[in-house]
Amino acid sequence: MKKWQCIVCGFIYDEAEGWPDDGIAAGTPWQDVPADWMCPDCGVGKEDFEMIEIG
Amino acid sequence: MSDNAPLVIVGTGLAGYNLAKEVRKLDSERELLLITADDGRFYSKPLLSTGFAKAKEADELAMQDAATMAEQLNAEVLFHTQVTGIDVQRRMLQLGGTEQAYSELVLAVGAEPRRLPWADDLGDRLLSINDLLDYGRFRTALKGKRKVVIIGAGLIGCEFANDLLAGGLEVTVVASDPYLMPQLIPEPVAAAVQTQLEALGAVFHLGCAIESLEAGQEGVSLRLDDGSLVIADQALSAIGLAPRLSLAEQAGLQVGRGIVVDRGLATSQPHIYALGDCAEVQGLNLMYVMPLMTSARALAKTLCGTANELSYPAMPVMVKTPACPLVVAPPLTAESGHWSTTGEGSDLQALFHDDQGRLHGFALTGSKVAEKLKLTRELPGWLLATPS
Repeated sequence: MKKWQCIVCGFIYDEAEGWPDDGIAAGTPWQDVPADWMCPDCGVGKEDFEMIEIG
Repeated sequence: MSDNAPLVIVGTGLAGYNLAKEVRKLDSERELLLITADDGRFYSKPLLSTGFAKAKEADELAMQDAATMAEQLNAEVLFHTQVTGIDVQRRMLQLGGTEQAYSELVLAVGAEPRRLPWADDLGDRLLSINDLLDYGRFRTALKGKRKVVIIGAGLIGCEFANDLLAGGLEVTVVASDPYLMPQLIPEPVAAAVQTQLEALGAVFHLGCAIESLEAGQEGVSLRLDDGSLVIADQALSAIGLAPRLSLAEQAGLQVGRGIVVDRGLATSQPHIYALGDCAEVQGLNLMYVMPLMTSARALAKTLCGTANELSYPAMPVMVKTPACPLVVAPPLTAESGHWSTTGEGSDLQALFHDDQGRLHGFALTGSKVAEKLKLTRELPGWLLATPS
């Protein structure tokens, strides 16, 4: 499972956890997150996330 | 004539570039011109407060340069260009000796750091960080140095204190405020943040006025009104931001704390809009990313022909003090009320209720940050949709 980071505020979407508060189940791959989903911390769009290495 | 001229956006920070992106999602054809006094690089301002911990130089925090942004946006980006005036009647911008027509104009010029009285005399020994170029200048000034004195204990001062400490520097914070971030959080929460920053080595002089601030060969020295002498290699000024108003004022636009805009983000002059750190809507000048993104989406719709009204939910702010994680929803919707704080150590929940007992704000630290979403749902929106 991969992690994706918001390039504006640093929020991390962890595929293993999903984001249940917006109805995104644990284990949801990034490609299946709705295109109009926004960063919960800063509101930028899905297009402003990048995949990060799990350190 | 004017309506064939481009949509012009002044400013290429998060507001300017995100507005351009949102416009392009709705209209791929319309001529778009962005003008910036800086180098036009796209970067994240929030991440400037994490650069030392991550050992990033300014160039590593820059994402795309102006030319790349221009290509991606199908726009023209005029950088290192100052807008010197606006001719509202003729819809012309003055760019020094040349003119540029606009059909619609958006001011996204941001805010300027307030300057200490000693700033002119101290040159690079006293710097502020409000953009990528500032960050680069600060990193250069700190090469081979260890000790920084941060003047100001607001949100920015506290974030930089944490970041510089995480980057291995020695940090002293001097502020006239009696506790950290008094505009955002109550004293018990501030105490928890201070304790955790002190655990990393920060030294605080709070409730202090600076009597003198001098630079010498070796660095800076501050004499405080409690008699202390603070010596450091470099000073960082973080005493607040003021919206950039001079262009708007010169053009006769209504200004308050910021450039005053209505719920359509329109200024008091036709065909001119404003958003981001420079703008004020219904008395709110919110210098954070979420209101900026909400504004960009609303304004893009308006500019592309669908009139709509800006509304803001409550938008809690994540403060970048990893030493003491903190999320704050300041009580903007209450005229009066009180804070009550529960919890232990650095896991605190502070709630702001009005005199009728309704919740209007919160501040959460440590493990209590997990309560953010639940509490946010209980808050009134910061700018509500007008009832029809």
